[in-house]
Amino acid sequence: MIATLKFTTLLLAVVVCRATQDYGYKDVEEPTLGDSQYGSLWPLPQKVQMSTVAFKLSGVSFQIVDAKESSSGASCSLLQNAYRRYDEYIFPISRMQGQNKKKAFASDVSELQVWITSADSECDNYPSVTSDESYELSVDSPVAVLKAPKVWGALRGLETFSQLVYEDEYGAKSINRTEIQDFPRFTHRGLLLDSSRHFLPIKVILANLEAMAWNKFNVFHWHIVDDPSFPYMSRTFPQLSQQGAYHPYTHVYTPSDVKMIIEFARLRGIRVVSEFDTPGHTQSWGKGQKDLLTPCYSGASPSGSFGPVNPILNTTYDFMAMFFKEVSTVFPDAYIHLGGDEVDFSCWKSNPDIQKFMAQQGFGTDYSKLESFYIQRLLDIVTTTNKGYMIWQEVIDNGVKLKSNTVVHVWMGNKFEEELQKVTEAGFTTILSAPWYLDYISYGQDWQKYYKVEPLSFNGTDAQKKLVVGGEACLWGEYVDATNLTPRLWPRASAVGERLWSDKDVKDTNDAYSRLIQHRCRMVQRGIPAEPLFTGYCAHEYKGV
Amino acid sequence: MEEKTISNSRRCYKQWLWFMVLFMSFSVIYVDAVWPMPQMISSSMARYTLNPREFIFQYSSGSSAQPGCSLLDSAFERYYPLIFTDYRAARPRQHDEWFRFPFTVVVHVERAECEGYPDADSSESYKLSVCSGQAALRAETVWGALRGLESFSQLVYQDDFGEYFVNETEIEDFPRFQFRGILLDTSRHYLPLHAILKTLDAMSYNKFNVFHWHIVDDPSFPYQSSTFPDLSSKGAFHPLTHVYTQIDVKRVIAHARLRGIRVLAEFDSPGHTQSWGKGQPGLLTPLSPTHNPLTPLSSGQPGLLTPCYKGTVPSGTFGPVNPANSSSYQFMTRLFKEVTSVFPDSYVHLGGDEVDFTCWKSNPDVRGFMLKMGFGTDYTKLESYYMENMVNITKGLNKTAIVWQDVFDYHEKIPVDTVLHIWKGSPGQIQQELSSITLAGYRVILAAPWYINHIDYGQDWEKYYTIQPLNFTGTEQQKTLVIGGEVCMWGEYVDATNLSPRLWPRASAAGERLWSDEKMTSSVIDAFPRLVDFRCRLLRRGIQAEPLFVGHCRHEYQGI
Repeated sequence: MIATLKFTTLLLAVVVCRATQDYGYKDVEEPTLGDSQYGSLWPLPQKVQMSTVAFKLSGVSFQIVDAKESSSGASCSLLQNAYRRYDEYIFPISRMQGQNKKKAFASDVSELQVWITSADSECDNYPSVTSDESYELSVDSPVAVLKAPKVWGALRGLETFSQLVYEDEYGAKSINRTEIQDFPRFTHRGLLLDSSRHFLPIKVILANLEAMAWNKFNVFHWHIVDDPSFPYMSRTFPQLSQQGAYHPYTHVYTPSDVKMIIEFARLRGIRVVSEFDTPGHTQSWGKGQKDLLTPCYSGASPSGSFGPVNPILNTTYDFMAMFFKEVSTVFPDAYIHLGGDEVDFSCWKSNPDIQKFMAQQGFGTDYSKLESFYIQRLLDIVTTTNKGYMIWQEVIDNGVKLKSNTVVHVWMGNKFEEELQKVTEAGFTTILSAPWYLDYISYGQDWQKYYKVEPLSFNGTDAQKKLVVGGEACLWGEYVDATNLTPRLWPRASAVGERLWSDKDVKDTNDAYSRLIQHRCRMVQRGIPAEPLFTGYCAHEYKGV
Repeated sequence: MEEKTISNSRRCYKQWLWFMVLFMSFSVIYVDAVWPMPQMISSSMARYTLNPREFIFQYSSGSSAQPGCSLLDSAFERYYPLIFTDYRAARPRQHDEWFRFPFTVVVHVERAECEGYPDADSSESYKLSVCSGQAALRAETVWGALRGLESFSQLVYQDDFGEYFVNETEIEDFPRFQFRGILLDTSRHYLPLHAILKTLDAMSYNKFNVFHWHIVDDPSFPYQSSTFPDLSSKGAFHPLTHVYTQIDVKRVIAHARLRGIRVLAEFDSPGHTQSWGKGQPGLLTPLSPTHNPLTPLSSGQPGLLTPCYKGTVPSGTFGPVNPANSSSYQFMTRLFKEVTSVFPDSYVHLGGDEVDFTCWKSNPDVRGFMLKMGFGTDYTKLESYYMENMVNITKGLNKTAIVWQDVFDYHEKIPVDTVLHIWKGSPGQIQQELSSITLAGYRVILAAPWYINHIDYGQDWEKYYTIQPLNFTGTEQQKTLVIGGEVCMWGEYVDATNLSPRLWPRASAAGERLWSDEKMTSSVIDAFPRLVDFRCRLLRRGIQAEPLFVGHCRHEYQGI
């Protein structure tokens, strides 16, 4: 049964009405809504050819299977799990059980064959910065074929396939004949969650990993500890969370929690990059680790408060060596984020022992030299664990000498172009977050602001631009916890997701608007409370509270 | 346990004397527990253990409400698990002789209106006295008793080991303003019933007493009318899944009633009515003779709304309700007849805001009507004319009208019992508007400072908290005409996915401003830790209230 079908059927579900006037607010920039020729695809693949020829997808007979030629088979649980997941997304209402298995119509798509083309599927690996996420998808009757060199590309292709399926008013599933070749523009497409300012229950983290996969994000940057609390339960130093978490039992991540999160992420092709930010942002560390932080002085006597990590004690480095040895085994990713941002020098300056040390080392009064001293020793420690590292931009801004393989994370202010230029000129690999601080909310459609950012707009050679490996959306936790994290994040982060995956020329806001509205309704239907972009509705509204 | 209870009660008496001395010397001692802050509250350090298995609610012998009072019976059912949040075992056995000394909340109500609806003049005052073994709650009405139960439930706290306590406390309380509302907009996004019911729950925890249901507007018409079913079948986002049936509406009203909340329905006209046009067939304005029958009439039917013109031909778009046509008023009379019987409240909101005159101006029939009525080219007179008719329709149905301030701004002749609703302007303009409306003798509700749909980074609750509704030039008499305020959550960017965390605890700030004494609650710094605690309490009760700042709750939200 071949039918020509426009995407309007799908759009019927997402009518958007324009409000004549928005109660005193007139500065809402409102894209016009039309049909996108790309339906509800998000992020848009690199190359899409979609025909108007539509096939039925039978809920009874359709299945996702390994292709005969595939190097991956039934033993690859990563893919088998993904098949089941996507089957449930495509047919959310439990399928009719067995008995009446009608034969599929000749024109149906009865199978999606997944074909891993390279000899090593990487099924049991962890995704890495060099993982191949490319895939080719060919939807035809009776068989659709998804070809990918590695399982990582297959995961991305399964998501794309699920986005091609649409339903008519009666819930019947259709898919158009389509050819897609796809690969990410940037290799690092991350999302930062902050579990220190507010503790995030495991459930919330898992749900957002799920949503990340739908948006083809591949890095979960886990800003796991910071000043307010230390929820990471360390085997080596259990007192860190015992004393430093909001609550030693209910507000911690146990080793098995962490393991579960890492595996859940792996199954979705997402790396977990942990951040243990030092020497600043460490107030909570001090509660469980005596003498780690610098005692601040008020005149000649200690004031009772503490500053950054004390960089002049050997015990500090002994501690860090043991601690990061643990971290490097707990988190399999090849990178650790070492933070290094916002170090306040005033406490160091007040401390007579540190003043003495500065003099001994010949640092004068340049405290960034002390910071540099600390960071370099920390980097040496981390190097022995065979991990790469990322640091926030101040470390380089303060003139700290860095190893050439350091990844610099640009986060500050409006002049991120200049910073990118500077960092890449110095030959460092870099990732961009400055324009994507999603914790800063404002009234209206701010997704457009995130969408319009062009990460490579800075002045620089091609070689420099190649050093920008991606970006991250950051949702800092001052005002965010389990109650509001998910709707605040989605679909605003989706805008960043497309910017980092799709071709640089994909920047038509109207087309994006049309696709994003449908994408957000899809997220809602899959159980994620993604907030609305504007007045309108989803066929299936959020069923939660 | 029994012995302890007895000795506690003796101690209570002694300590109370001691406390009275303290009370007099320091005038007032505040406790942090209750949000919004009661008018008078004092408590001592004496605390009593509450055992969920030895705790009962009871009607006092002299109370006019007795067992069988549906409203209070169900409130007892509700508050038991709200007080004992961890207690999942069977409910305590009542009148069990094993427990001769259970902690008893004794409720005394002067006038039982157990089957009635709360209304504009319902008393909500109560007195609560917590002593050993007993809490005495006295109120004039069941509505006051509900507020008192809420306060009592907030006095109960748990220690780290899960044990429940309540301190010796005396409260005398009444609301500063009689109208404390929350507006939800179910037209720009459809809000599923459970989202509305949940909001009503949270409202009662904050002592809000009016749910202003902005039920229809331009984008959609989800109210399923029994008189005009086409309004929703054509005007809703979806005729089956995105409508409120009569049963849904009844359920909302019943749920609200049990919590002492009025449901104020708004059917905004003549503007904000695009969705109405889709379902109203041509029984109203006949097509202008100049109408080209080939011109498509967009999705709507000709009739209720004004066809806009481009030059001498209809442009295919529609403007506000056609005020030039008597059939408009016939339609409205029938619709409001239904609405006023469905919604029991004695007030109905008629809207009347943001009427765009350009379409009226373009329409030759409307221009002809202007001429005939001698309005010249002053279209505010036309709007006036329309709203006067609407107010009179309402009056004929024995309801009092509430309208947005625009209606006053156009100097319309409206009955003096009409309530004006202020929604716009700078702080200075708002003060001016308050002055002039009250000077003219109208009652007024203030919403402008509490447009909570406008979000911002940081702790914007402070902004909502520090509003002074009576800070305008006017006599004492004028100030009494400010009957309250309202938090508005317009729906452009809000649906079931983000409504709750966006509303709470930001609306709680306004809740305290409208209930509590202004002098007692003037400090944001004092309010902050109380509100932090209160938001954790909301969370514990299943309300998805967002955090105020860095920190934690003992029991975090367990959803996503």
